[in-house]
Amino acid sequence: MLNDQDRIFKNLYNDLGTDITSVQKRGDWVNTKDLTIKGREWIINEIKDSQLRGRGGAGFPTGLKWSFAPKELGSRPHYLVINADESEPGTCKDRDILRFEPHKLIEGCLIASYAVQAHVCYIYIRGEYFIEGQKLQAAIDEAYEKKLIGKNAAGTGWDLDIYIHYGAGAYICGEETALLESIEGNKGQPRLKPPFPALIGLYGCPTIINNVETIAVVPTILRRGGKWFASLGREKNTGTKIFCISGNVNNPCNVEEEMNIPLKELIEIHAGGVVGGWENLQAVIPGGSSMPLIPKEKCETLTMDFDSLTAEKSGLGTAGVVVINKDQDIIKCMARIARFYKHESCGQCTPCREGSGWMWRMLERMAKGEASKEEVDMLGDVTKQIEGHTICAFGEGSSWPVQGLLRHFKDEIKKRNKFDPIVKETKNIPYLVDQHLLDKNA
Amino acid sequence: MSLKRPAKDQPDSFEFNSESLKAAKEIILKYPRGKQQSAVMALLYIAQRQNNNWIPLAAMKYIAKFLDMPYIKVYEVATFYSMYNLSPVGKYFIQVCTTTPCMIRGANKLVEACKEKISENELELSANKDCSWMEVECLGACVNAPMMQINDDYFEDLDKEKTLKIFDQILKGETLTPGSYRGRVSNEPENNRKTLLDIKNA
Repeated sequence: MLNDQDRIFKNLYNDLGTDITSVQKRGDWVNTKDLTIKGREWIINEIKDSQLRGRGGAGFPTGLKWSFAPKELGSRPHYLVINADESEPGTCKDRDILRFEPHKLIEGCLIASYAVQAHVCYIYIRGEYFIEGQKLQAAIDEAYEKKLIGKNAAGTGWDLDIYIHYGAGAYICGEETALLESIEGNKGQPRLKPPFPALIGLYGCPTIINNVETIAVVPTILRRGGKWFASLGREKNTGTKIFCISGNVNNPCNVEEEMNIPLKELIEIHAGGVVGGWENLQAVIPGGSSMPLIPKEKCETLTMDFDSLTAEKSGLGTAGVVVINKDQDIIKCMARIARFYKHESCGQCTPCREGSGWMWRMLERMAKGEASKEEVDMLGDVTKQIEGHTICAFGEGSSWPVQGLLRHFKDEIKKRNKFDPIVKETKNIPYLVDQHLLDKNA
Repeated sequence: MSLKRPAKDQPDSFEFNSESLKAAKEIILKYPRGKQQSAVMALLYIAQRQNNNWIPLAAMKYIAKFLDMPYIKVYEVATFYSMYNLSPVGKYFIQVCTTTPCMIRGANKLVEACKEKISENELELSANKDCSWMEVECLGACVNAPMMQINDDYFEDLDKEKTLKIFDQILKGETLTPGSYRGRVSNEPENNRKTLLDIKNA
């Protein structure tokens, strides 16, 4: 288990208070000026050394992303946008950062804005997190009052304004370009890439978009050094991560742990074990609903980081671990996830808009045992038709969980679904549409 | 994609009251000059708050003029995002999360409770016209499942009995206590905390 000294989010469980005086006791906002005085190059290199990867799901190296921002400030201003549109089923880590560690985020915003030369930072919070947004706004107001942000923020000589923009219940706005469209006051439909937002983003200006957790860990990394962060976890999967463990466990919880922690340790030690005991485990969704599930046999030895989960044909995603035990109908669980994606598809690309509905309807029938055997393979084909044929990664996100189900539970689906669509002669049906087929055989 | 239709009975006109007007003007200042269209989402929220939890078409037209943008663009935004109610939902709008993490912890019991106490169907006003309910997608409190949202507040760690009690309070017009109904203040593992114990005990 991770040493308490190495935990970044000391107030994850709200023991210490969120006002500036208490956060300064924990080391936030203490020497921000000393960090920025070392220069942009140093900050970006330190983040590169730490091998921090984005915490929003894709796991893109953060230092590299920052280095894509134009080096010189041109005629167009730069923007920093924080993605707090946390909507991935199974994930609720950003909510706790907004509620209990808002100043880590705000200080991170200042440092990141300085590094990418942005004077304005927008924090895009999902509309449902209204109360959390109010808490963050209170923290922002307090930071303005103490001159930690605003003109000459925290004595760094850098001007920074932070604004909150509320979303309105669209999962797709967690996709970075859809999020930008949403801030611009349009429907949240993703843009084609390239051009990448680092060059042409918000209002056509260079924009860096990061997840809440990514930005919130930045100040601590700079204070303790990229080497310290890189010493946790393993090569290319470094540092700590907030895991959200939900579903059929005895103590559902959020916990900050080292990368590469065994899944079994996460479930057994922190979450109090699977309901009904480890033997009752059926499958685990390791990284939020878009990541393919992993059956029990593999959970024994699985370690939680980006690369080891990719090797299992799944992914760490947002590290929202959903535990499903044997009391649940796995096909129904996945059908519900398919319904989620059908509801949240933005409707821009046909394969996703239509395909997400197909997958949902087929899975609902399969859960009831009303599908034919051939349809099981057809469903796999549908997922392949969606994956890779859409503008954004939503197509992958919606088809991967279904592919995961087919990969590991195909036998169970086939066992349940024996419906034969060809009407047999022996059946006594008063009115038959396919009568001519029977007549031909006769 | 979710299908949204504006209500049949629409008021003829809509205008921001002085409080809303002040809030709207403050929000426009958040965005660069000439990019006032960015404020459309926030303004729709303001209209929704002012107009008893729903947005009439007249409000969309008003906002379009206010922000100097085409009406159809406001309509697009209002129909795209699921949190804008285009027909009356009552003073208490109950949203029950039924996505998989909540589902496997018994969200269907909460839906049953809604059907028993509020109304038979989703988005149908209760007998006293005060509340309505609907199933929604993940609300991002999976560790506190099953849960629901009533207006702005989250009600977490529920079961059927607790939900019925909350609905009784609503129907009687009593004030509600949001948060966890198992007494949790954060997302720590209940009675099983293994981390940051020095801080807890300090």
